[in-house]
Amino acid sequence: MFAYYLQLGIRSLKRNPMLTTLMVMAIGFGVAASMITYSVFRAVSGNPIPDKSSQLFVPQIDSWGPQQNEMGEPPGAFSYIDAMAVIKAHQATRQTLLYPVMLSALPHDANSIPVSVNGYAVTGDFFPMFEVPFQYGNGWSASDDDNRAPDVVLTAEFNQRMFGGANTVGREITLSGHDYRIVGVAKHWDPSPRFYAVWSDSAFQDPPDFYVLLNRALDLKTDSSGRNSCRGNLTFAGWDQWLQSNCVWLMPWVELDTSSDVARYRRFLEGYAADQQHVGRFAWPANVRLRDVMAWLDQMKVVPPESRISMVVASCFFLICLVNTIGLLLAKFMRRAGEIGVRRALGATRHEIYAQYLVEAAAVGLAGGGLGLLLTAVGMSGVGLLFDADIAKLAHLDFSLVGLTLIVAIFATVAAAFYPAWRAAQVQPAWQLKSN
Amino acid sequence: MLKMTHLSKVYRTEVVETYALRDFNIDVKEGEFVAVTGPSGSGKTTFLTIAGLLETFTGGEYHLDGIEVSQLNDNARSKIRNEKIGFIFQAFNLIPDLNVFDNVEVPLRYRGMKAPERKERIMGALDRVGLASRAKHYPAELSGGQQQRVAIARALAGSPRLLLADEPTGNLDTQMARGVLELLEEIHREGATIVMVTHDPELAARAQRNVHIIDGQVVDLAEDPRFHTAYTAAAGQIRS
Repeated sequence: MFAYYLQLGIRSLKRNPMLTTLMVMAIGFGVAASMITYSVFRAVSGNPIPDKSSQLFVPQIDSWGPQQNEMGEPPGAFSYIDAMAVIKAHQATRQTLLYPVMLSALPHDANSIPVSVNGYAVTGDFFPMFEVPFQYGNGWSASDDDNRAPDVVLTAEFNQRMFGGANTVGREITLSGHDYRIVGVAKHWDPSPRFYAVWSDSAFQDPPDFYVLLNRALDLKTDSSGRNSCRGNLTFAGWDQWLQSNCVWLMPWVELDTSSDVARYRRFLEGYAADQQHVGRFAWPANVRLRDVMAWLDQMKVVPPESRISMVVASCFFLICLVNTIGLLLAKFMRRAGEIGVRRALGATRHEIYAQYLVEAAAVGLAGGGLGLLLTAVGMSGVGLLFDADIAKLAHLDFSLVGLTLIVAIFATVAAAFYPAWRAAQVQPAWQLKSN
Repeated sequence: MLKMTHLSKVYRTEVVETYALRDFNIDVKEGEFVAVTGPSGSGKTTFLTIAGLLETFTGGEYHLDGIEVSQLNDNARSKIRNEKIGFIFQAFNLIPDLNVFDNVEVPLRYRGMKAPERKERIMGALDRVGLASRAKHYPAELSGGQQQRVAIARALAGSPRLLLADEPTGNLDTQMARGVLELLEEIHREGATIVMVTHDPELAARAQRNVHIIDGQVVDLAEDPRFHTAYTAAAGQIRS
């Protein structure tokens, strides 16, 4: 019967092209506005590492005290002292520290001038923890960390720019005047949002070019190119004083496999903070946090407020469109009360009438979804007018969005038709036939 | 085939109760051709809609083909309408968007019949009413008489056991009405049970039996000289 209902629905839509056009436009514009804003929201609010997001945690320790914190929230990164103490304790399955660095690289072409390249100083656990895929080679080991090996992992994009995409494992590259041995080339990997560095960098900026050993970066006194947050004295006489300051700039991550591991690690952080209070470094009770990826992104307010607001506005617009559609469908269906009466007299049950009109509404929804797709595709080019360029570039029309647009349009229209179709199914055939 | 006993139909509002049918009794045997007559507002159409399970009744009993219908739900009533009853309306009630073929197909669709059987039945029914060549025409392209023949074909296509006709010639001129009536008589001769509501004494006189309704009740024509005279005269004209 579905095919029959669809055939009747399409025929009915053709009969009233004006009314049909109005409904299709209402659905099309409504769904397009929703999908455009949703595409942005999806890009900024998605889980960047769904397989492991509940096993990766950001530890926080209050190293500033309640007077210096915002709303009692410990700083989002570690000072050098706390970072080294925590990482040396080895209390997690895997752990890493990282900070952003900017170095200079000399392209292969001898006539070229050096270019600035961005990357992160990380420990070897960074790669397996975050499941970084490799095109060639691998990351480095813990012993390489300890031995301060001059290792570097290039990203596929950077390797393409510098070496034309060749297998460069084993080759050397000079960065800011220091030689590095390429141990791996990572495949394209740019989780969005870039959860591991949101405290320091924009969560949506261009992907990095390389990863170097944290210990070697520290040995070379490589400054952080990202966020440094300090309290009190902001003048430092040299690198060592910087390292001993209360400035936070090293972003810690730990991998904890089970809930008992999480509880144990939390106790470890509390114990560490209590010890610091005991030795007089902290003059306040232990105040620690341990958040997984999604909680951390939420805490860091990665989703821009304009994204939420625009989605709410677009949803309200869609709702208004649907309310209008309800009215139009009601008018359209009830104009056919005579036909409904005849069909009921000839043996149609209420359910069959209900189904017939829901299918007709689904046909409107499908047409509205088609128009919505076109408008969404056009609207994508205007996302930059509402959002920052870093965020606007993330919005794109992929297969999942195409499917979602059609599904939302159909389901929303069918939902809007519940009441009009119900009214149609309640038509009393006797009254209709008597009135004829 | 159709038996109503002490049946009543009451329309209630907050201030008034109106009896459309009151202590209504009728028994139509299988194969009968019964004409139901009566003045406007007497309850003829209400009787027909209740008989066709298009409306519920307030009290009494109604057995259709041996089934007591008062307790049936919407699905069961729809199934009976679809399988056992054929309707012919005064206003034809064809669906204007559907061509003749598709109009006749409607009840067969709700029966879940396969396409080849549907086609065979539709073309058979249209052939019987002499409109097989108009299968692709739309109702607006047909005369009133042709439209009513399509409606009859639609009623016949499902091979119903009971045909309910509400003023089937009411919207037709004399010649077309005669053609439709002859068709109904032919269908009756082939064994169908027909209950026809009509104002037309000439039409009523062609039926096997007349049932007269006044104020929602069946009355005996023989005891009502006003109508007896009119119908006897009409019957005489037809026979001559």
